Amino acid sequence: MVDDGSVANEGARSEAPPNRLLVLPIKKSVEIALKSIRVRFFRSLITTISLVLAVSFLSFVNVTTDVANGLLAKEDPGLRRVLIRSGYDIAPEENSVGSSPKLRWIIILSLMVCVVGIVNAHLMAGTERFREIGTMKCLGALDRFILKLFLLEAGMQGLAGAGAGALLGALFSLFNSFIRFGNVALTALSWADVGQSVLFAILVGFILSLVGVMYPAIVAARMQPVEAMRTEE
Amino acid sequence: MAESRNIVRVSGVTKTFQLGKVEVKALTGVDLEIAAGCYLSIMGPSGSGKSTLFNMIGGLDKPTSGRVFIDEVDIAQLDAYELAWLRCRKIGYIFQTFNIIQVMTALENVTLPMIFGGMNNDEAIEKGIQLLELVGLGDRYLHKPNELSGGQQQRVAVARALANDPAIILADEPTGNLDLKTGEEIIALLKQLSRERNVTVISATHDFKMLNVSDQVVWIRDGRVDKIENRDELSISLGDIGTKE
Repeated sequence: MVDDGSVANEGARSEAPPNRLLVLPIKKSVEIALKSIRVRFFRSLITTISLVLAVSFLSFVNVTTDVANGLLAKEDPGLRRVLIRSGYDIAPEENSVGSSPKLRWIIILSLMVCVVGIVNAHLMAGTERFREIGTMKCLGALDRFILKLFLLEAGMQGLAGAGAGALLGALFSLFNSFIRFGNVALTALSWADVGQSVLFAILVGFILSLVGVMYPAIVAARMQPVEAMRTEE
Repeated sequence: MAESRNIVRVSGVTKTFQLGKVEVKALTGVDLEIAAGCYLSIMGPSGSGKSTLFNMIGGLDKPTSGRVFIDEVDIAQLDAYELAWLRCRKIGYIFQTFNIIQVMTALENVTLPMIFGGMNNDEAIEKGIQLLELVGLGDRYLHKPNELSGGQQQRVAVARALANDPAIILADEPTGNLDLKTGEEIIALLKQLSRERNVTVISATHDFKMLNVSDQVVWIRDGRVDKIENRDELSISLGDIGTKE
């Protein structure tokens, strides 16, 4: 039994092709990821909306701070009074404002809630897609193919959601400031700061989206094909 | 045995599942040799261990003890990468529930294993269209699965199973979700492919239509092989089944 097995094994080895290649080209994986976002558009949208909201809040707060700093930089005592009246605590010697610790806490909380929402949404989506993942594994997909698809999908959702959220928050903040302070809010503004705030918000959203998908993606990727197939019953 | 090569060899395989505190023995020692190019059906009532044996042969599950050789390679020795490679290149799977990936068109479903196997996109598309023509879906390759009937979806699955010219096609109840006529068409298609391409077809089934085309039938009962019948002996037992029902 033992010797006949080893002889046979050698025979098989000489037959086997030298490179046992398994690949999922990046172009193809982007295509698949885009397709599954499109097909499950509504679900993707809901996943993304929590991100949009959290990121737009972050962007709103930062851009509003930029506006206040712009107004302060004018060194006009009238504007300073208007700012103080609208709720900013500005000491007489200060020439810039930051966000208050309380506000920062609220932002962090909202971002954490958002991540939990993303994790939940992806876990649900994962169970919905057990069969698809199992099938892919039966066709020869490696764990990292599945991981790659999940990460790509989340990355794209993250970029789109964070982009939309950051712009939305910034526009709303600018509009709000215009109503409150008038034209001077926009003319005194440093647009570079606004751009920086928006980019920062996009980056944060993108990273949060990837962080949120990490655990669900690992769960999905580690799944054995049999288990995945069994869930159909 | 000496003249024909064994593509699958199962020796002394047992499988025990741990269900809570209870141990369930799904397989209690199975020995089986399957010759290359054979059309083999695994028959047995549900709960007989048929699906478990089937999963072992497909490299989807590992035995508790005993060995499964595919093309004389012990699958217990393979790591995850090699197993995936085996699934990709050596084995084509067909399922009762078709398992066509819903978000992709028929053609994309068929090309996916080829892409995994490292073929470039244009070649894969060309071969995918050929395969879909082979299974009689030449004009529907851009359709999504939900635009195809059950029989057509199963044809896509057959084409997909053939994508990387596997040595073995494993079909788990391939006719289970199909009506009588469509089921017969799929069986005929599998038989034709097995003959023309010399592919070993192994199907787990309790569809007696399968018996007509099988070279060999393995009856599984209570986790072991009850009997193995070759084609020539089969007509007699088929009569028995007829009278039993």
